[in-house]
Amino acid sequence: MKKSDKKGIFLSVLSVIAFLGIWYLCTKVLKLVPENTLPDPVKVFSTFVDKFTNPNPDGGTLLQHMGASLQVALTGYIMAIVIGIPLGILMAWNKYVDRFVRPIFDLIKPIPGVAWIPLMIVIFGIGLQSKAAVVFFSAVVPCILNSYTGIRQTKEVHLWVARTFGGTRNQMLFKIAIPTALPYIMTGTRIALGAAWVAIVAAELLGSTRGLGFMIQQARGIYRTDIIIVGMLAIGICGAFLTAVLGIIERIVVKGRKSND
Amino acid sequence: MEQDRNLDIILKCENVSKKFQTKHRTKEVIGNINLEVRKNEFVVLFGPGQCGKTTMLNILSGLEKTTTGKVFLNDREVVEPGPDRGVVFQSISLYPWLTVMGNVEYGPKVRGINKKVRKEKAEYYIELVGLKGFENSYPNQISGGMKQRVGIARAYCNEPDVLFMDEPFSALDAQTRYLMQEEIMRIWEKEKRTVIFVTNNIEEALYLADRIILFTNCPTQIKKEYVIDLPRPRDYTSDDFLKLREEITENMAHTL
Repeated sequence: MKKSDKKGIFLSVLSVIAFLGIWYLCTKVLKLVPENTLPDPVKVFSTFVDKFTNPNPDGGTLLQHMGASLQVALTGYIMAIVIGIPLGILMAWNKYVDRFVRPIFDLIKPIPGVAWIPLMIVIFGIGLQSKAAVVFFSAVVPCILNSYTGIRQTKEVHLWVARTFGGTRNQMLFKIAIPTALPYIMTGTRIALGAAWVAIVAAELLGSTRGLGFMIQQARGIYRTDIIIVGMLAIGICGAFLTAVLGIIERIVVKGRKSND
Repeated sequence: MEQDRNLDIILKCENVSKKFQTKHRTKEVIGNINLEVRKNEFVVLFGPGQCGKTTMLNILSGLEKTTTGKVFLNDREVVEPGPDRGVVFQSISLYPWLTVMGNVEYGPKVRGINKKVRKEKAEYYIELVGLKGFENSYPNQISGGMKQRVGIARAYCNEPDVLFMDEPFSALDAQTRYLMQEEIMRIWEKEKRTVIFVTNNIEEALYLADRIILFTNCPTQIKKEYVIDLPRPRDYTSDDFLKLREEITENMAHTL
């Protein structure tokens, strides 16, 4: 390990320790805020551990809530990827598809994902479908936009090379335009993941019977700030984990370039 | 005698002209060009900066259409790009997502040549341009000169009848440029091909060419042809080289 790496890790550890230390100092030692308004970090940690096995007070363990949120989020997210990326590519590659889809897309694009929640709850109820739909609408926009932009980055000289080798238009799409677009598409999936995760938590806060958002909302009702914080931590951890997985996929798929290079 | 000479002609341009139509005006880029190129000849298209050299090359390779006139390759009219013509482009045109090997074998792959054959071919040409050991590097891991070598290997690997090179060394530093000129000569002498090479560098033109076609400014026409029969490898400082250099430079100055 290089010296500068060591220094960097030391700084990172220091920041976490300082944060926890100040938190502990303000709550447990100085008692600046009442314990049930902001619990100390030790209390939060013990609730975190306890919540793995204890379904009270909201009827589910932490892992069950996490599982429920992940299931819905990934359902909507994967739908957004499967539909959004090919649609974006087609819009960029074929001007008739572009003309056909664009008016509706331009209208839907500025509507925030969470604005779909009331309508989706009315149509689909508060089960998986309505929330998956909300996640889908949040995540599909960046998927389409980035695929579209990516295909548009295709260099003319790259297409010329293919033409001088006698490549067909399909070969140009799959062998040139899509590889060109890949870093942009991967960035799109990352933005979409963030949007999906925001949408699922928001949807669960508003109408749900399970999930991290639901758990937080229930805890608020009975003034259990420790559970609220545990829920927020779990949301953060899941999000970071999914982002890391995407990072690994990106490194495998996108070769010879840095993302957006 | 006349018969023999004709048999040897691989590429022919007949009364080629090109006009670009913009909204308000028509720009005539290429006047009226007649040109014949013999098999395995190294022809340099030489002319001032903004004349239609690249356009001419794009017409010959089939990337652009003529306004009037026709181009024939092996007595077949050129209407679109094809694998019998390879192009080395001015800008670095390698695919960044493919390795050196992936780039070089791209042409044969598009033509559906089986994996074993095209790998062998690609390996041969990679070695020919002096990049053995870099097969698995990506373009962003190698230098500018090496990238253009890959570009040359890629064009060669498709085994075209004619190779077009559009100022392939213009983005390189002077030292690398000299080196690449020697390299291209070495490769050409080993693997004879008809080469049409565009440049605006007189030394480069004289070092490489069997024949230099001097172009006028826009609309481009052929001002004069020089058959260069100096022995190879050429010496940049020999009297004959310098004399020709002076003569051609002088002649070009009159076209500006």
